[in-house]
Amino acid sequence: MIPDDLKYTKSHEWAKLEGESATVGITHFAQEQLGDLTYIDLPKVGATVTSGAEMGSVESVKAASELYSPVSGTVIEVNNALEAAPEDVNQDPYGDGWMIRVKLAGAPEGLLDAAAYAEVCAAEAH
Amino acid sequence: MPYVPHTPEDIRRMLGVIGAPSVEALFAEITPEMRPQSFDLPAGKSEMAVLAQMEDLARKNAVNHVSFLGAGFYDHHIPAAVDALSMRSEFYTAYTPYQPEASQGTLQAIFEYQTAVTRLTGLTFANASVYDGGTALFEAAMMAVRHTDRRKLVVCEAVSPIYRVMLGSYTANLNLELVTIAHKSGTCDLAALTKALDSDTAAVVVQNPNFFGTLNDFSALFAAAKAKGVVSVISVYPVLQSVLKSPGEMGADVAVAEGQSLGLPLSFGGPYLGIMTCTREMVRQMPGRMVGRTVDTQGRTGYVLTLQAREQHIRRQKATSNICSNQALCALRALMHLCLLGEVGLTRTAEISIERAHYAAERLTAIPGVQLLSAAPFGNEFAVSLPVNAFQVIDKLTTRGYVPGFPLGRYYAGLENALLVACTEKTSKEQIGILAEMLRGILA
Repeated sequence: MIPDDLKYTKSHEWAKLEGESATVGITHFAQEQLGDLTYIDLPKVGATVTSGAEMGSVESVKAASELYSPVSGTVIEVNNALEAAPEDVNQDPYGDGWMIRVKLAGAPEGLLDAAAYAEVCAAEAH
Repeated sequence: MPYVPHTPEDIRRMLGVIGAPSVEALFAEITPEMRPQSFDLPAGKSEMAVLAQMEDLARKNAVNHVSFLGAGFYDHHIPAAVDALSMRSEFYTAYTPYQPEASQGTLQAIFEYQTAVTRLTGLTFANASVYDGGTALFEAAMMAVRHTDRRKLVVCEAVSPIYRVMLGSYTANLNLELVTIAHKSGTCDLAALTKALDSDTAAVVVQNPNFFGTLNDFSALFAAAKAKGVVSVISVYPVLQSVLKSPGEMGADVAVAEGQSLGLPLSFGGPYLGIMTCTREMVRQMPGRMVGRTVDTQGRTGYVLTLQAREQHIRRQKATSNICSNQALCALRALMHLCLLGEVGLTRTAEISIERAHYAAERLTAIPGVQLLSAAPFGNEFAVSLPVNAFQVIDKLTTRGYVPGFPLGRYYAGLENALLVACTEKTSKEQIGILAEMLRGILA
């Protein structure tokens, strides 16, 4: 469950780079660790996000965790459907469970490819 | 629960279990200079002697005055059933059990309390309560700060000075700007409040009735606040909510109240009850516990703590508040009080209290030199200006068994001659008549 066409962070976010913009969400591993999500707090359209800085939070039945942006830029779209259906992130973290779309301020740096991220997950699973 | 100290045998056995040779050895890590050098405590006393000493102290309380004191705390009748029910051992405990598997009764009672107080304020959500009205107002202001990510609070000076002191203390080190808008003869300066709102303002904080007892419709102010992205916070008096326009109808985002007037006796500092209610949009910022109703795997109704991810046992330093408890017993008493009175009873309580206050205002202002501080409408409390210092009037009448009201000069410079007078359904017309005659006598 680590698609090859995405980039990843050690804090378990993914980014799909599409030219000048990127779509952002959390990984299958992250949603599995969190359990059933109950609430997702996302930045608003127009907000600035910075790579590695907090951009929101997710709450599950057993935990609350901060979300860290994998890229820097301006939020151009937010998946408002998650407000009513946070379970989309559990069921389809790379599809319907996407969180925000960001207009990139520059080329993303420091992201992991699928193989490197698989190692991060393997290390944490132990 | 009887007070049973540890016997030497208990202590010996406890030390044995943990493997410590002596009590002294347990505290060895605390260096001698950090320990109290002596304990200035009298020798132990018998139960009988303690009781006698406490009764002597209790006799120093003046409990038989006729009182026109209010200023946020009101002497309403409490049905005897409230005491009888709330003292049942299932409820009367220092610790509130919240585990759903063991505490369905407690959780249901809190849920019903939440439902009752949201009906009073006309907002959607309530928490399980906080410590008192002042704490509730501070927490409401902080909800606004988090919700808006702004740092300025615009506060009406006619909000209880006690609450404003608390707000000042709690926010002193939080890098917030408190802007206080002066009152005008005991009324809110709505124009100045509206003008003070800007794109840096997190909340506008008002009170209805305000500290001087006067009533306001804040609908226009709250609409102006909304237009600027400012959260509207209002503190109310629960008993009068039965007859006044509700915070929900005015468009408030957060409504809080001191719950003392709902079944809690007056006492020095409490325990009282902080009521907090808010709109759906604000609920994620609510501090403290919240109880929700749900169904179990077999479809049966059950009650649980809900939205716990806001709280510090999950959210740690990013929790909405350090409050992780509530005033469960006081909330329960408020619920019992509301249920026993019902809508009709609460409305009658408010109406009679207001009638008495208006009668008192009429009688007092018939005395030469005594006039209402403001022409604004009022509920069960009003301010009058006297031709002399109000503190002196209070001192004179108190020695004769009547406390005529609260001296506004204690909190408001320039109002040393002003007296704040409250009535409830317990205030009789005869008492009001005697107060008026006594006041006429000392002013003559």
